[in-house]
Amino acid sequence: MSAALLIDFGSTYTKLRAIDLAARSVLGAGQGPSTVTTDITIGMKAALADLERHLGGLPKFKYRLASSSAAGGLRMVTVGLVRELTTEAARRAALGAGAKLVGTFAYRLTTADINKINMLSPDILLLAGGTDGGNSEVIIANAKSLGRAAFNCPIVYAGNRAAEEDACAALSGKTVIVAENVMPEFNVLNIEPARAAIRRIFIDRIVHAKGIDRAQADFDAVLMPTPAAVMEGARLVADGIDGRGGLGPLLIVDPGGATTDVHSVADGEPAENAVAVGLPEPRVKRTVEGDLGMRHNAATIAEVAGLDHIAADAGLKPERASALLSAIARDVERLPQTTEEIALDLALARAAVKHAVARHCGTVETVHTVHGAVIVQHGKDLSRISAVIGTGGAIVSSSDPYAVLMMTLANPESPLSLRPKSPRLLLDRHYLLYACGLLSTADPQAALELATNHLEPLTEEKPHERAHCA
Amino acid sequence: MTTKPKTLVTGVIGSDTHIVGNRILSMALEKSGYKVVALGALTPSTDFVKAAVETAADAIMVSSLYGQGELDCRGFRELCIEAGLDDILLYVGGNLIVGKHPWPTVEKIFLDMGFDRAAAPGTRAETVAEWLNRDFAARAQGLHRAPD
Repeated sequence: MSAALLIDFGSTYTKLRAIDLAARSVLGAGQGPSTVTTDITIGMKAALADLERHLGGLPKFKYRLASSSAAGGLRMVTVGLVRELTTEAARRAALGAGAKLVGTFAYRLTTADINKINMLSPDILLLAGGTDGGNSEVIIANAKSLGRAAFNCPIVYAGNRAAEEDACAALSGKTVIVAENVMPEFNVLNIEPARAAIRRIFIDRIVHAKGIDRAQADFDAVLMPTPAAVMEGARLVADGIDGRGGLGPLLIVDPGGATTDVHSVADGEPAENAVAVGLPEPRVKRTVEGDLGMRHNAATIAEVAGLDHIAADAGLKPERASALLSAIARDVERLPQTTEEIALDLALARAAVKHAVARHCGTVETVHTVHGAVIVQHGKDLSRISAVIGTGGAIVSSSDPYAVLMMTLANPESPLSLRPKSPRLLLDRHYLLYACGLLSTADPQAALELATNHLEPLTEEKPHERAHCA
Repeated sequence: MTTKPKTLVTGVIGSDTHIVGNRILSMALEKSGYKVVALGALTPSTDFVKAAVETAADAIMVSSLYGQGELDCRGFRELCIEAGLDDILLYVGGNLIVGKHPWPTVEKIFLDMGFDRAAAPGTRAETVAEWLNRDFAARAQGLHRAPD
């Protein structure tokens, strides 16, 4: 038998998936604690022992590939010029590389900004600003300030090419990797080269800097940050291989403990008679909502959605919901136990998913001109995508995954939001998207079939059936 | 001369969809050797300024054809100053004001707003290119713009 081991060095757990490559099936799963702060090998050994227990022995693995979001994930700071232009392009490049954005700065960096960057102590800093041949003054000034700063992480320069030499000179003493400009021409987005540079630095340096390579006897390679692996999985499942076998344009939602991630793989082009404005949208796009996290940011979910709304959705009195939210804040590790807690978690997941997806999807507005009404589109039109996939513990272990994923859908109450209208709703019950993303680098066909075999269609009947069984 | 071409930001301001004239002008200016960043129709004033900052533009050329130009362009120079583009060359042109007003009245309104030149309806692209050449030459001499 030919098998693959896919490892996720997570922030809380070290998770393993063992895959039968020929049968395109899951052999088993294993889990251990995340021990990156002490010695990552401890958690890895525990996870392997767990997997071995399930399998009754470990097969010989043809591939052993890992992703990581341990030790705070790939913490990045981005710097650009105009907030809506190169600053936004840089943000998208970092998010697309699977980074955790800890700071975003626009225009000229002040002393306070530099102090803040020193304090944030990112793993990588992405410096952008100016179109090629455009503004060079600000990026050179920023390079000078950064060059004098105390922090010492690799810097990816992806700004105005005309300023590259001066900026690199100002950054001498720091490690600088030059990539193509994230916005070479006005309103042209070019984030792939910066993404590739970030990925390269992650593999070459960050894996070592975070001590993940101490477990290297147990894996072949750490290929990417876990969010990037999920994104690769999304791309594979959407597009298939050579245009075959994919599910078509799709959206993935992953409500986590601290943030809710949304990925879309779709052109998002406007429907006929609408005009798109703003920065062009990447086909593969990731957004991260830092205020929508099931545990660390449960209180802000209630703030965004309204406590009364959350309480009503959970069938609780607002005072009771508020008390339960305080309990979560006091102990973020706590998983829901009681009927009330389970109901509140479902309501939180529904709200987090609803708002995260609404922010990810584009909107339309009607502009009245002398020629009549014109429909103007901001962001991606995802109304016609074929599938929505839910992943992550908050959906998989929720009491009603269908009810959570329903919140991604277009709603007549907000007709200007371009959310999916009639996609298939699928559940990544076995947490395989990251594994498929990793495996796609070695055996894409197996990865694709593994995903399509295991994504579970959700229909409305399911929860009732389960209720009967229970 | 090896100096890099001057960069111009063009677009139609406000809720105005009349793109044809602006496109002809943009093409003509590109032919005259300028680097044109064309924002197209339905462009808010702030977008002109943001584009000019990022591309280090030397001039912004605002078109308005639907008669609301006076409203849309109010505060345009201030917006530029706010963004650090204090001295950027600003042109405006088109059917700037609804109704019949003598051109000098209209022109004065826009020059008072801080535009360096206002182009009356029917102004040819060659004329605009000629103004730009003369104004940029004047700026090289330290003047704000060329005399009429």
